This record gives sequence, structure tokens and C-alpha cells, in this order.
Amino acid sequence: MNFSEKLESGKFLVTCEVAPIKGVNIAKVLDEEAEPLRGKVDGFNVTDMQSSVMRLGSLPVCHLLAQRGLEPIFQITCRDRNGIALQSDLLSAYVLGIRNVLVLTGDYVTLGDHPETKPVFDLDSVSLLKVASTLTEGKDMKGNELDGKPEFCLGAVVNPGYDPVELQLIKMEKKIRAGAKFFQTQAIYDLETFEKFMKEAEKFKVPVLGGIIPLKSAGMAKYMNEHIAGISVPEKYIRMMAEAKKEERVKTSIQISVELIRGIKSLCRGVHIMPMGWKHALELLAATELA
Amino acid sequence: MLVTQLKPEEEVLPKISGKRLFIFECLGCKELYFPKEEVGKFVDSLKEEITGRAILDYLCNREFVKAYVGEYSKEIEGADLVLVFSCGVGTQVVSSLLESKLVYTGCDTLYLNGFQGLSARNFNCNQCGQCYLNYTAGICPITNCPKGLLNGPCGGTKDGKCEVDPEADCAWVLIYKRLEKLGKLDTLTEILSPRDYSKNITEYLSQKEGVK
Ligand code: SF4
Ligand code: SF4
Repeated sequence: MNFSEKLESGKFLVTCEVAPIKGVNIAKVLDEEAEPLRGKVDGFNVTDMQSSVMRLGSLPVCHLLAQRGLEPIFQITCRDRNGIALQSDLLSAYVLGIRNVLVLTGDYVTLGDHPETKPVFDLDSVSLLKVASTLTEGKDMKGNELDGKPEFCLGAVVNPGYDPVELQLIKMEKKIRAGAKFFQTQAIYDLETFEKFMKEAEKFKVPVLGGIIPLKSAGMAKYMNEHIAGISVPEKYIRMMAEAKKEERVKTSIQISVELIRGIKSLCRGVHIMPMGWKHALELLAATELA
Repeated sequence: MLVTQLKPEEEVLPKISGKRLFIFECLGCKELYFPKEEVGKFVDSLKEEITGRAILDYLCNREFVKAYVGEYSKEIEGADLVLVFSCGVGTQVVSSLLESKLVYTGCDTLYLNGFQGLSARNFNCNQCGQCYLNYTAGICPITNCPKGLLNGPCGGTKDGKCEVDPEADCAWVLIYKRLEKLGKLDTLTEILSPRDYSKNITEYLSQKEGVK
């Protein structure tokens, strides 16, 4: 079963993020990050120069994963490419065996390590989804015919902790109309907020995978609370991480994530794990009995 | 101080049909180009009730416009919406002064190559040539959102502030709040196409003779 069929099947899904490295040491990404999770996850999201840090591209890494029989989810942002390049990369992705595409607006360039570069944002997440849908109908965004149609399972992101959340729901509905068949969310730490969000989002009847970022430390949690949109790690988790001895931190972090995943499980169709350099995704999956 | 063109009728008429209108017209840029005659003809052709009409110079000057808004408060009060014929700056000025009124623009502001102009203090217009203010409650998404997003916010808004500049309000949260206040949130459900970067003044002028 491929990812799209699994979405249809109603099965509880697990996806995990792999981040291309800054450089060309591809073994790190493929052998160390992705390979250990073979058979344990339903899809590998490959990030597109996350946080606007210049790195190896999502497209070739997705292709190499697909060659190994690991199901890639190609993340594509509107930050660095105009409409011509985005469409071309989507066609290239299809030819390289990539079927799942997650469309994002992308962070602003000043957040990353090339703050003085030119931000593009020719399209936005909604218009890019629409353009990708148009490609699958055999036309480019200007209506010109394509020789052969690509097929994509399109996805998008949503931030359940966004304030005002109605604004996210309006955009979510637009993304669905533009072709999104699944959603992955920003990290969830507060199940109550997520439950409220899902009550509203349920009406769309589109599978949602709840985001998990395992905590590395209390400092990381505090940093995210202060700086990252839509994230609010509750005080109790920050305390648990602060009180854990150094060698117990991974265990405590897993315990927190497992608790969250159990909660998420009853509310939506899957989880999306974003390790962000944390090396224990496999242990987390085992502990969740998802593995 | 920008160059404007009348919006296509198909775009404006559905927004104003059957409504009582108050009209602002700006003449500030007549030394550049403002479609004074076309606007006059268009306004005369409207079947809608017009509660008042103010024609003034420099709609981009907020203090100045404030005085007019005071003077015409009754006529504005009696209108369902205010229709502005000016560049994007003028419309943003009027909209900022009439928080609980629907303010629409009847013009597109075109890009003038190399033009530096006078910049208004409070509002900016990038002369995008297809003014979006009628979708965004008079708040310009091109100049207020660093990404120039047209279909809603990115995920980066934190406590109503922009991910790019935590001192600045997220334009899309402002747009949302204003539309909510106006009972017009449904405007946001429309999917807007990407910007047309081929719209610029050179192309426009070449189609048009007699423009100073
Ligand atoms: S949307 Fe903004 S940039 Fe475009 S014409 Fe209107 S005010 Fe100017
Ligand atoms: S936070 Fe708001 S204003 Fe800033 S880039 Fe995102 S949508 Fe635009």
C-alpha cells in the first residue's frame, strides 16, 4: 500500500521528518536517519531547507528514498522558487518517482543563514496547491498542455495552536478546495487545544496527522514557547524535563511524547514526528507501540 | 503620488450593487495620471444611491482626509459603503479612518518604473496593478505582509505579530479582525490567483494615448 492508499484505508498513520544535511554526506540522511525507521513509518517527510537554512535539496533526497523503497513526502515551499521553477520541480519530482507532496508557504529568509538573499513568494501555499492540482489535470498554471500527466497525493500544513484559530480553519478549507488530501500539524503539546481544533476541523473530513516534536530539554521547551508560533508547552512538561537527570532526559522526553501520541490517537488519523536532530525516534516509536 | 487606472467594471459592480455609496475621489496625482474623466463617467453611470461625494487633493494625507471625514460624517454614516477612487495609499488612509465601514477601491495602482515619489507616512503601496484592498478590508497585503501573501497568513504569526518582525502586527491578523468586525469574513474564502507581475505602467501607457 502506498501512502495515498493508506490515507484511504483509515489506518492510523505515522510519518517522520528527515532533514537533509548541510553538505553532501548523504549517508547520514539515508543510512542513519531514514533506514532505521524502515517498516516502522508510513512516510518520510523531507524538509525543504527548513528555517531558511541552505542545505541539500528535498527533491534528490526524496528520490533516493524512493529508490530504496522508502515512501517519501516531498516538502516544497514558495520561498525560493518562482512559478516556473516550482512547476518544473513538481514535474521532476513525478519523473523521479515521488508521489506525495507537502506544500508550504515557507519561512521568511531572514530566519535562516542567508538573511540577505531575495525572498520569492511568487505563489503561496494555496495557489501552489492549486497549481499542483492543475498539473495533474495535464495543464500548467497558464493552461498550456503537458505531454503526460503527473499524479500527486497533495498535503498541506495547519497550525492548531494559531490564534485566531478561525483564520487557520478558513485557510485550511481553501487548501482543501485547492487539492490538499491530508494535513500535518505544527507540534502539539496541549491536547485540549488540539481537541477543540479537531472538533472544528472534523467537518472537512480530510485526514489530519498531529505533529510531535520530542523535547530535548526544558530550555528547548521554553525557547519554543517564546519564539515558535502556535506552540505552548505546558508548565508540567517543562518541569518534568528540568527535573530529569541528564541521562534520564531521553526517557522523560519519550514518556511525554507517548502521552501526547496516545491523546492524539483518539482525535485524528495519525502522528507526524519531527525529531529536529533528536536521535531517538526509533525508541519513541517502540515505546508508543506504533512500531 | 502614484499612477492609477479604473478597475474593470466586472470587478467593482458586484461589490457595490444595490448599496448606498459615499464616494471619495482623489486628484492629487493629476500631474502624473489619475483617470479623472473615466471616474466621472463611471460614477455618473451608477444606478446606486450616492449619499455624498468628496473630491479632494492628496487623499494620501491622513490629517487632511480626517477633516473631510468629519465634514461629511452624516453622508458617510448614511452610506452602506465608501468607494474610493485613488491610489492604494489613499484607499488605505480612508479605510483606516473608517474602522467600522466597508471601504472599497475602484482603482488599480500601477508600477511606475524608477519612480520614487513622495511616500506617505502611514501607508505604503507597491503599485501592484491589481489592488487587493477590496478583499483585505483596506489593509494592503502586498506591503504589510513581508511575503505578500494573498490567501491568508503563513503559520508564523506569534501573538498577532509577524514572524519577520516581532514588532510589527501580522497583516493577516489585522485583515481578519477588520473583516470580522465588518461581518465580511466570507471574503476570505475566495482563492486568489498569484500576482500578475506583467502589470506595469509601461504596458498601460503604450495602450493609452494622451496620457501626460
Ligand atoms: S494591493 Fe497594495 S500594493 Fe497593490 S495597489 Fe493596492 S495598496 Fe497598492
Ligand atoms: S506573520 Fe503575517 S505578516 Fe508576517 S509573513 Fe506571516 S502572514 Fe505575513
